[in-house]
Amino acid sequence: MLEGILLGLSAALSVQNILMVVAGCLIGTFIGMLPGLGPMSIIAIMIPVAITLGDPTAALILLAGVYYGAIFGGSTSSILLNAPGVAGTVATSFDGYPMARKGQAGKALTIAAVASFAGGTIGAILLAIFAPALSSVALLFHSAEYFALMVVGLSAIAAFAGSGQVFKALLMTVLGLILATVGEGALFNMPRFTMGLMDLQSGISFITLAMAMFALPEAIYLVLDPKRSETGSSSGKIENLRFSRAEGRAMMPVIGRQSVQGFFIGVLPGAGATIASFLGYAVERNIASEEEQKEFGKGSVKGLAAPETANNAACTGSFVPLLTLGIPGSGTTAILLGALIALNVTPGPRLMIDEPDIFWAVIISMYIGNLVLLVLNLPLIPYIAKILTIPRTFLIPFILFFTLMGAYIGQNNSTELLMLVGLGVLATIFKFADYPLAPLLIGFILGTMLEDNFARSMQLYRGLDFIWERPMTLGLLILAAVLVLLPSFRAYRARLKARGVADGD
Amino acid sequence: MKTTFTRRAALLAATATIAFGSTARAEQHMAEQVMEDLHFVVPGGAGGGWDGTARGTGEALTNSGLVGSASYENMSGGGGGTAINYMIENAESLDNTVMVNSTPIVIRSLTGVFPQSFRDLTLVAGTIGDYAALVVPTDSEIADMDGLLATFQEQGDDFAVGGGSVPGGMDHLVAALVMRAAGEDPTMLNYIPYDAGGEAMAGLLSGEIDALSTGLSEAIALAEQDEVRILGITAAERVPAYDSAPTFAEQGIDTEFVNWRGFFAAPGLPEEQVSAMQEAFSKMYETDAWEEVRARNGWVNIYNEGEDFRSFLEAQEQEIGDLMRELGFL
Repeated sequence: MLEGILLGLSAALSVQNILMVVAGCLIGTFIGMLPGLGPMSIIAIMIPVAITLGDPTAALILLAGVYYGAIFGGSTSSILLNAPGVAGTVATSFDGYPMARKGQAGKALTIAAVASFAGGTIGAILLAIFAPALSSVALLFHSAEYFALMVVGLSAIAAFAGSGQVFKALLMTVLGLILATVGEGALFNMPRFTMGLMDLQSGISFITLAMAMFALPEAIYLVLDPKRSETGSSSGKIENLRFSRAEGRAMMPVIGRQSVQGFFIGVLPGAGATIASFLGYAVERNIASEEEQKEFGKGSVKGLAAPETANNAACTGSFVPLLTLGIPGSGTTAILLGALIALNVTPGPRLMIDEPDIFWAVIISMYIGNLVLLVLNLPLIPYIAKILTIPRTFLIPFILFFTLMGAYIGQNNSTELLMLVGLGVLATIFKFADYPLAPLLIGFILGTMLEDNFARSMQLYRGLDFIWERPMTLGLLILAAVLVLLPSFRAYRARLKARGVADGD
Repeated sequence: MKTTFTRRAALLAATATIAFGSTARAEQHMAEQVMEDLHFVVPGGAGGGWDGTARGTGEALTNSGLVGSASYENMSGGGGGTAINYMIENAESLDNTVMVNSTPIVIRSLTGVFPQSFRDLTLVAGTIGDYAALVVPTDSEIADMDGLLATFQEQGDDFAVGGGSVPGGMDHLVAALVMRAAGEDPTMLNYIPYDAGGEAMAGLLSGEIDALSTGLSEAIALAEQDEVRILGITAAERVPAYDSAPTFAEQGIDTEFVNWRGFFAAPGLPEEQVSAMQEAFSKMYETDAWEEVRARNGWVNIYNEGEDFRSFLEAQEQEIGDLMRELGFL
């Protein structure tokens, strides 16, 4: 393992890869700051660029840098505009924006930067400890366990969907599973559902689908919903970047708790930066002293540090299932997985053994990336924040250009463009109808693996016996059932209670 | 004093080597240019095996000076069918264009994935290849092919052999070829397909499958890490890269198989154009530029041009076709 770490260290510290970290962090910060463009959109747009690099290590480092850069940038617009660039930084605006309105925008940005740095760095240390451990356990997994793990992952999407979204999330997951069946499967020598079209023979391209789901709708949405294209007015000048020693002391325990909690929430499939930041905020408010509690929502230092630490730690945590099991736990890691597969790298327990340079270089690049974010952003924050005044009308052509070019470049196949536009229009309709798009993509990428592992288990056990003969498979499937049933059970109880109140009236 | 002297001598020797090396390289740069430019059509997306073969070959050809410049075009779709279609339909304008392809062009035209076959194209040359191998985990009780066959006879279809291709794909066919040559019924083989070679290897090492059919270069990489034991390889003789791996032939199983990669040109290409391409490819093997690319990718030089290439492909098509009919895939 030490040899692998050294190998990864030398790969991560190569000039090219350090450039990738810096470029990824900068691009992520810039675009993440723009309201409406989340990490998934940015990564989807960046995939063709990353794949053209040809080197999987560099590509993954670039995309990972974009990912945590975006989360970092999102907090800037949350604080300055009360308009979170990404969902994972919504909770940041609870206390960050009030603080900025009190004329302490500079301090708020510094606290966010320090908390993000700490969350990301502690997360990376935990990743370096837990990923190898989980990898060595996962080496013993058979197809049956992988099948069950994927069922858990798909169920978790529904379980962690917002209230009233459970059914919609399930529907979108199923749609993703359906789309995954198009083309030649790994287990059948026959093309399916291609409608006789040669272009569908190898299935729907993942990159096309990712960009159709996350990049194109953003551009169309900005055009169709002009309210969102208005530029926000910045809430005051950014002057003093310092925070006091007492505030620093108040932050310390929050950062310590939230980096660990955020990391483990990130590891869970289906949960990610968004849930980690809300939960982190809620937990810190509950355990704060009564006096401090009053401060929450009015510009509390703790209330700002908690979600900022948690969302960055969760980003790092979500790399655990990706790197050790090859299973994406979130929409963002699903996109990263697709990019890796396009680069001929199969993530999974063998990654650490077969390609330790990739595995460790990515982890080590996260330390470097967090440092880069801190060093670059602290002095540059006042200038970077100027990007928020760029009218959205300039942004739309850029998104369209990168999306359309990206879909074409990798394949040189004009059919991809037609599919991109068709799927993009469909995705926009879903977006307007408030259907979540991430479950569709996770369903799509897990669909093929789910089917392959299921069919393999069926063939090895000549039927469904593997469910009873392999205790871990059974346990995971029960967990999946609980995850799906729990929200509906809670909703049912809430309805009962509501009726009880109504009856009493 | 003595040390200085030796050091100086060593320095002198080193300088001499560098000097000789550079003249050799300079000569190579002046190696007569055979073609001005060569355009590669890749039937799949960027980053795949075909893509790597085309770009690596192009790199060696231009670095050695055999070809002035190389360009690449990715054309995915239809399991390679789109690119074949393109080569045939635009034949007249494609006089300096080659398409990369490999064993699947034979298998996929047999199964009818696309209606064309290698016969519809001009055969330039097969340039590199990889043998296939059957491996078991190092801690397996199976020590050689006799052991594997005994276990197979005893366990029947409880004995699972995996591979990184679909049923009826290359890894399955190699395993079935070996079984048939050993006098067993290849239809009795319980073949477990995986999405990729790496996943299949993970399946083998987790104990899910008993043996694995895979490419020799992948097998050697894991055998050197002491994770697998190679039971047999499909080469005629042991390979220098790993000579402790026995061939199937020396264990009395008459199976030879090469997963080749090579280049095709548009149909009806004038003879002189074809021979210029063949000259460029055949001279490429003697250059340092090629050796560098080849070693980096772990490729095996297997050269076959024109009519030899045709008879090789016809023999492979015949053998694979017979086997697929026997297995019920055709």
